[in-house]
Amino acid sequence: MPDVSRVGDDSMRTGRAGPPHSRRRRRGIAGAAAAGLLSSVLAACGSDEGGVPTLTWYTNPDSGGQAEIAARCTEAADGEYVIESAVLPREASQQREQLIRRLAANDASIDIMSLDPPFIPEFAEAGFLAPVPEDVADRVTEDVVESAIEGSTWNDELVAVPFWANTQLLWYRESVAEAAGLDMSQPVTWDEIVQAAQEQDVQVGVQGIRAEALTVWFNALIESAGGSIIEENSTDPSEIELGLTSEAGIRAAEVMRMIATSGTAGPALSTANEDSTATAFEGPNGGFNVNYPFIYPRALAGVEAGTMDASVPEDYGWAIYPRVDADTPAAPPYGGINLGVGAFSEHPDLAFAATECITSTENQAYYFVTNGNPASDTAVYDDPEVLEQFPMAPTIRDSLELAAPRPQTPYYSEVSGGIQRVYHPPSSVEPEQTPEQATELINAVLRKEQLL
Amino acid sequence: MSTTTLPPAEKTQPVSAPDAKTSDRAKSERKLGWLLAGPALAVMLLVTAYPIAQAVYDSLFDFRLTDPDNRSFTGLSNYGVILSDWLWWRSLLVTGFITLVTVAVELVLGFALAMVMAKALSTIRPVLRAAILIPYAVITVVSAFAWQFAFDIQTGFVNSWFGWLPGISGDTDWFGGTWTSLLVICLAEIWKTTPFISLLLLAGLAQVPEVLQEAAKVDGASWWQRMRKVTLPNMKAAIMVALLFRTLDAFRVFDSIFIMTGGANATESVSFLAYRQTISRLEIGLGSAVSVLLFLAVVFIAMSFIKGFKVDLSQSRGEG
Repeated sequence: MPDVSRVGDDSMRTGRAGPPHSRRRRRGIAGAAAAGLLSSVLAACGSDEGGVPTLTWYTNPDSGGQAEIAARCTEAADGEYVIESAVLPREASQQREQLIRRLAANDASIDIMSLDPPFIPEFAEAGFLAPVPEDVADRVTEDVVESAIEGSTWNDELVAVPFWANTQLLWYRESVAEAAGLDMSQPVTWDEIVQAAQEQDVQVGVQGIRAEALTVWFNALIESAGGSIIEENSTDPSEIELGLTSEAGIRAAEVMRMIATSGTAGPALSTANEDSTATAFEGPNGGFNVNYPFIYPRALAGVEAGTMDASVPEDYGWAIYPRVDADTPAAPPYGGINLGVGAFSEHPDLAFAATECITSTENQAYYFVTNGNPASDTAVYDDPEVLEQFPMAPTIRDSLELAAPRPQTPYYSEVSGGIQRVYHPPSSVEPEQTPEQATELINAVLRKEQLL
Repeated sequence: MSTTTLPPAEKTQPVSAPDAKTSDRAKSERKLGWLLAGPALAVMLLVTAYPIAQAVYDSLFDFRLTDPDNRSFTGLSNYGVILSDWLWWRSLLVTGFITLVTVAVELVLGFALAMVMAKALSTIRPVLRAAILIPYAVITVVSAFAWQFAFDIQTGFVNSWFGWLPGISGDTDWFGGTWTSLLVICLAEIWKTTPFISLLLLAGLAQVPEVLQEAAKVDGASWWQRMRKVTLPNMKAAIMVALLFRTLDAFRVFDSIFIMTGGANATESVSFLAYRQTISRLEIGLGSAVSVLLFLAVVFIAMSFIKGFKVDLSQSRGEG
């Protein structure tokens, strides 16, 4: 589009230049402005100016919590360093794209970055993360939930600092579960939920959109069935062995198809994401929803704003993610954010000191309470303020202990992209064919023999 | 009644036309021409020719952005991978479909709007023109979001407003199927870029000599006859230029697809494919090859318009 508009603009703009003297003056002003801008840019780059190094922390968008933590840690550092936060795009995949492009160009301005766990192996393998000093590694993994440590590890080494850990719970309407006669104090299976939803004519909210959310759901299904998307890992893409066609892989496809064709997944399953399923769960047809804890403060905010009746969140119940098979524990999704230190940072030691401050128990508790993002530090879950605001905090901690990360590979985008392409829309999944097709596609893409 | 156009004006030879003996004046004018156009040409080469050459060069390598050490020359194999992949051909078909539908509809709509703008009372003309041009001033991503929200099953108003139409109900998931997704994408594109085409056609309408219209009227030609035999033939150049610009533009459709479907339901365009290989997969080699093929397709369209339909680009600028 820009090319064409430029054609139009040029012809319209001709002959609009002002008289020569005013143009000269304007050029002078522009020159001064450019020089000013340049010097401020240089000041921003040269972090040693004035003696106090500035650390730039690239954050994912949130409700302002990370910026506040940056300010708190700057104060706590007492002149040792200053943390400035810079916000990345909204989607995790776009955050990765921006960070990777900059790091590929050896960008020294990236000191600390908030990373989505599935992309950490790719960053580590490419040499974009500064090695975590041993003493730091010991301190930042103390009392931390297992899944968050696993998500920060690549090749048996801690490559990022666990910050906050997210997991999906099974949210349900207590009235619906009661009417259906479901005992939610015991683990439930997908079959039971779908059956209850059919009886009560309510929806089961799952994320069927062609995006990362679909991989999250599928990974939870296959891990709950006892399998893994990647069975044999390797840094050589042609040696990665997929587990999609294993018994657990086929079982996961069966469950996905069962839910998608049960008539309970809502009219727009193929475009359903975390937000749209949360909206549906708030509505009159809401019954069940597998989703992150954000949906609870979201409902409370709705009540406060007067857009929702207070009886709605009062009816919310929560439990551990549904099981695929009644006697195998579920493996809920694991997400969240871990902190990486840029390999080209001029102050890696200060940056690691800053990550320790950012991930302190107090700051994680603050972040949990104000932004609704659960901590990776188990000590936070004993905080009375956290328990008051998030009565489901103990369930979150239990879920995090069970949670399974998505496949850890430097080629995560290819694997996830392949799954999204073949398993979408979920209603088209055929347990006999889809796993086979996905395996073929992902292998071909990893060998660079096919487009994605 | 035959087609009526004015006899071609005797074109005066440009002063700088290569004569047997180029005069000093012509020489200095040519020099001035180079001086004036030279910097622009240099900038154009820098910002367009260089990246294109770089893409052509990169497309010959197996090159992953996160693994620059293992870059290796693979010749034309990236092109082999692309051209033997059904996804490429499907994307080409989808792109062609979107181009064809949007340009055809925009031409008709744009022409109607141009007529309205040209014939409107002079008191409301400025307001009318501004109103028609507003969609073109909207950023494509913003317009894509607006259309997405309108058709969204939860937040959209389309399902509740048009529920009385057959096939539309509260549960119609517009972005759940290929054809419905493409329909919304095309609608968004048409809404946004029709003003551009109508602006070009308005310029063309202004070039139709009033004397011919009056002569036709005196001869008793109906409105429709005047339109077909006088207006359209005299606007041919403007129409072709508008078509050319819009076709090239439509063929590179990206923003609406990126926002509305993210390439789901087989709605990937060729640009989207290039994005996914280069930016998401970080396969610079493969992605560059897709981009080069897209570039060749665009060049092919431009050349076939210029050669096939004898489009004279200079006329759109009011030269000649």
